[in-house]
Amino acid sequence: MSSPTRIIEVRQNVLKQNDVIAHALRQRFHAAGVFVVSLVSSPGAGKTALLEKTLTLLRQRFRVAALVGDLATENDAVRLARSQAPVKQIVTGTVCHLEAAMVQNALEGWVLDGLDFLFIENVGNLVCPSSYDLGEDLRLVLMSVTEGEDKPLKYPTIFNSADVAVITKIDLAEAVEFNAEAANRSIQAVRPGMAVLNVSAKSGDGMKEFLGFLRTRRDNARAITVSQATVTFATPKK
Amino acid sequence: MHELSIAMSIVDMAQEESNRRGGVPIRAVHLQLGLLSGVVKDALLASYEMACEHTALEGSRLIVQEVPVLVFCPHCNAQRPVHSLQSFCCADCGTLTGDVVQGKELLVLGLEVDE
Repeated sequence: MSSPTRIIEVRQNVLKQNDVIAHALRQRFHAAGVFVVSLVSSPGAGKTALLEKTLTLLRQRFRVAALVGDLATENDAVRLARSQAPVKQIVTGTVCHLEAAMVQNALEGWVLDGLDFLFIENVGNLVCPSSYDLGEDLRLVLMSVTEGEDKPLKYPTIFNSADVAVITKIDLAEAVEFNAEAANRSIQAVRPGMAVLNVSAKSGDGMKEFLGFLRTRRDNARAITVSQATVTFATPKK
Repeated sequence: MHELSIAMSIVDMAQEESNRRGGVPIRAVHLQLGLLSGVVKDALLASYEMACEHTALEGSRLIVQEVPVLVFCPHCNAQRPVHSLQSFCCADCGTLTGDVVQGKELLVLGLEVDE
């Protein structure tokens, strides 16, 4: 019935194109000395609120900028622009996540050398963004206290793709009877050892620790970059 | 739902490979899919059919080989299957570990073509 077939070996990563661009972005970010933080969460977890507060506070001492993804509107960029930091909206149309090429396009014409931090707010979605590397140094997954403590168990892949969990709207914790211990158990079950931070962009609770955390991570990343540069420089002599 | 764009990438990739070999007709695409890849098998299979429409791959099959998640267990000092995606611990000894060594694959392994 069916004719005999043979197999041609390919062994190619389907997301190769994205990964190549993400790799180039990461190199560009490192060369410019800018620390890149991306934010993922479900819609309504408070990415834009946290980012607005973060940009406003960090701007006092650092040079910061943000890219923000949204399916249809520019509302988030308008909100973030209130922080006075440079902000650019990426309207994805029907695409439910950001891809490295979108970040690359959005950064066209930007001089990154003068920046300390670049934030990338992904589209509100706990599924699709997990597959796409954006060249970021640090990926934050946000989860608000109103969402239920078992969210990580429902979306283990995105929590596993992230570096840090940020519990948002912590000012509402008591009102919604949020169980911090259960939430932490869920997070550790899907990503053992994951750092967890608690913040409220509204009340400001935890913001100092959150910003301190970002600064430490940035300092560490820069220290690594510098020592790698030294090694590269020293090798040919030996 | 990003499976359609993934399926379209697979079709493009297969088509390119076929073109490079003189347009050999493709009967099936073999894909390795890690359970931590963020791609859902059933959604991908449905999307694949759509992505193939009006292309040279129309009527071809997508054969998915699912790859389990393996972690490095510091207690066993070896690679072990993970207990479940909801419980990242060694399936053998129960030690919590997030050191994923396999399971994020999204790989076109090969193309099945006429002899």
